[in-house]
Amino acid sequence: MTDHAHTNCEELLFSLSAYIDGELNPELCQELEKHLVGCDNCRVVLNTTKRTIDLVHAPIEKLDVPEDVRERLFKRLNLDDYLNHQP
Amino acid sequence: MNKTMSLEISLEALIAGDRAEFARLVDAYSSPIYRLGLRMLGTPQDAEDVLQNTFLNVWMHLSTFEGRSSLSTWIYRIAANEALMLIRKKKPEINLDDSQAGDNDEDLLPTQFVDWSALPENVLLSSESQKYLDSAIQTLPESMRIVFVLRDVEGLSIKETADALNLTETNVKTRLLRARMFLREQLSTYYGERITREE
Repeated sequence: MTDHAHTNCEELLFSLSAYIDGELNPELCQELEKHLVGCDNCRVVLNTTKRTIDLVHAPIEKLDVPEDVRERLFKRLNLDDYLNHQP
Repeated sequence: MNKTMSLEISLEALIAGDRAEFARLVDAYSSPIYRLGLRMLGTPQDAEDVLQNTFLNVWMHLSTFEGRSSLSTWIYRIAANEALMLIRKKKPEINLDDSQAGDNDEDLLPTQFVDWSALPENVLLSSESQKYLDSAIQTLPESMRIVFVLRDVEGLSIKETADALNLTETNVKTRLLRARMFLREQLSTYYGERITREE
């Protein structure tokens, strides 16, 4: 790993995603957390990966199907009678 | 997961052909399916095609739904297939099988170590940043992107994502890790340049 000399950084990198998801087994979790205390680069990778996921979530949660798209969908599905039943 | 997912939908009513119940189902899932289409194809027109084809298929095949997965997972499976089929149609040169997911571990290794995670929200969420993120997501290989969209954008669990895509959980985790690492690298380059510029 470029500029990232700890021997188990690469190994632990494969556990990072599972760690973020809370799916890492307790032993590996402990090992990773211990490593993170002493490894600035891995801490940066963890923090920025978490932030990446947050950023993906942030705007799109607000995006609902546009009203004109909903209307065309209902018409295509012959659900015109239910168009005014707002979700 | 989206709040609409908690709506109680009667499967019995749906299978019996209850149109009002189907309309409720469409309203409950149309936003997440539209978003999936948008993230996978990148244009509102294609997202609308994915949306319409998904619900046409849902209605057509409801009677054969066996309940082996949840209704939600089943709808996502149909939507994912629709999105991938449309991609194949538009870009026949794209290979969507496993080998495209990137087997090279070298690709995974981080090269950017700028900590931009504490940048203010107005910088992280600026419209320019969002555009950059959207285009970075579009450059993910499709087989990785669909996993990323279901898991990280729509909030399905690993198991639900695996069920929806007919993949093993291990395969989902691998693709997810690669997608996250890829996007993290892209954003690190982007925000790193901004941090350097301000210094």
